[in-house]
Amino acid sequence: MTRYFTEDHEWIEVDGDTATVGITQYAQSQLGDIVFAEVPAAGATLKKGGDAAVVESVKAASDVYAPVSGTVIEGNDALEGDPALVNSDPEGEGWFFKLTLSDSSELDSLMDAAAYQAFVDGL
Amino acid sequence: MSEEDEFELEPIEILELPLDAWHRDKGARMVEFAGYHMPIQYEGIMAEHIWTRENAGLFDVSHMGQLMLTGDGAAEALEALVPGDISALKEGKMRYSLLLAEDGGVLDDMMITAAPMGLYVVVNGAVKWDDMGYLREYLPDEITINNMEDRALLALQGPKAVDALKRVVPGVDALYFMEAGSFFWGPKTDPEPLWISRSGYTGEDGFEISVPATHAKALADQLCAQPEVKPIGLGARDSLRLEAGLPLYGHDMNPELEPVEANAAFAISKRRRAEGGFAGSDRILEALANGPARKLVGLSVEGKMPVREGAPIFVGEAQVGVITSGGFGPSVGAPIAMGYVDAAHNAVGTMLAAEVRGKRVSITVANLPFIPHHYHRKGANT
Repeated sequence: MTRYFTEDHEWIEVDGDTATVGITQYAQSQLGDIVFAEVPAAGATLKKGGDAAVVESVKAASDVYAPVSGTVIEGNDALEGDPALVNSDPEGEGWFFKLTLSDSSELDSLMDAAAYQAFVDGL
Repeated sequence: MSEEDEFELEPIEILELPLDAWHRDKGARMVEFAGYHMPIQYEGIMAEHIWTRENAGLFDVSHMGQLMLTGDGAAEALEALVPGDISALKEGKMRYSLLLAEDGGVLDDMMITAAPMGLYVVVNGAVKWDDMGYLREYLPDEITINNMEDRALLALQGPKAVDALKRVVPGVDALYFMEAGSFFWGPKTDPEPLWISRSGYTGEDGFEISVPATHAKALADQLCAQPEVKPIGLGARDSLRLEAGLPLYGHDMNPELEPVEANAAFAISKRRRAEGGFAGSDRILEALANGPARKLVGLSVEGKMPVREGAPIFVGEAQVGVITSGGFGPSVGAPIAMGYVDAAHNAVGTMLAAEVRGKRVSITVANLPFIPHHYHRKGANT
């Protein structure tokens, strides 16, 4: 399994032609206390860079974009009852959705962990 | 070179408040607000909000304008522009009031205190320069407007604020809600006078402290050394005031709305209602007599999804209002909002819908405040 990152602070863990998507530790620290998350329904078609989910802190709503195109397999229902999972475990239990990739070549433009760390350090 | 080029504006500089470095040392995340770098949060909005409701929070509100109006007849002159009974204010008493445009629209909300020197007026940071210009234009030349830029303003808010502050500034516990006075702080040999009021913007008991900017850091350090006190950012200030049902100027109030629509009819004093004679009084007294066409109301939100400023409010297909403040209420434990709703649909208990990202969310007109106020009122049982 390989984990990639976007400049919009999403992570995507790829396993064959399926992948899990969430927001990074850096993103959750910037957003602060998460009070609501809206994840896409199974079957939804996502386009790379398009709106995929919404995450809301006390202060503001933010969009989560699809790092790659694909079809949603599952949204993380646990976030409905416990949105703070995004704060406590953003790169684990606080995942947003799983999808089937429609074009794995889209992964080529994403960052690996080291490149993302360098990107964050430069912010 | 075209003419426009000569008038190209310089980028507006974001200013630093006296406690800028202090906030950064305390781990604050700074944002731009009202033209200043200000702390939005330290450890996190939720924790800071709850801490203030249970203990005491220290807020730096030095971006706000502290004005001193002096000169014979200042109170009577100011009454032309505000709907409160200012000439009846006794020394050491304060009132919440509104700066009114000629058509009765609300230009700002403010606290007016009768101080020994004159009228001490605290106005919103984002519009303080406009306020000063407006006051200068409409007040007689004999009235002096002093912008006290050399003073910082700190707010200490929460049920334990009095315990912490009276240890640092003896005697402040004698003040009741909406009273103010001068108190000495520091070494007996060289004490510093502070102007302190028992007031605030959280719904809790608390104080607002005007201190010379040169002494702000020492006072903030001494307050934060008290076990009840932590520094609190603008994020929690916003969620606290929303739960307390207190309007935020520029969001819940603006120049298009008069005070009755803005749910601030209480700021129109009895004598002024009878006599009129303030900016926009015809329009405002008409709204008082017949009810305004729309009004700012509290809105409880079904489910967990917050509704935010700008979301339209519907009954069926008809838009009947708009959200002006919305977010999550940490003490309520649910999303809450305020907004303007047309008269036919703004009675408490009316079920409405807000539209968020194309979806309808059920909302209900609610009593304000969402969290009861805990002010230290004179004559109240405590």
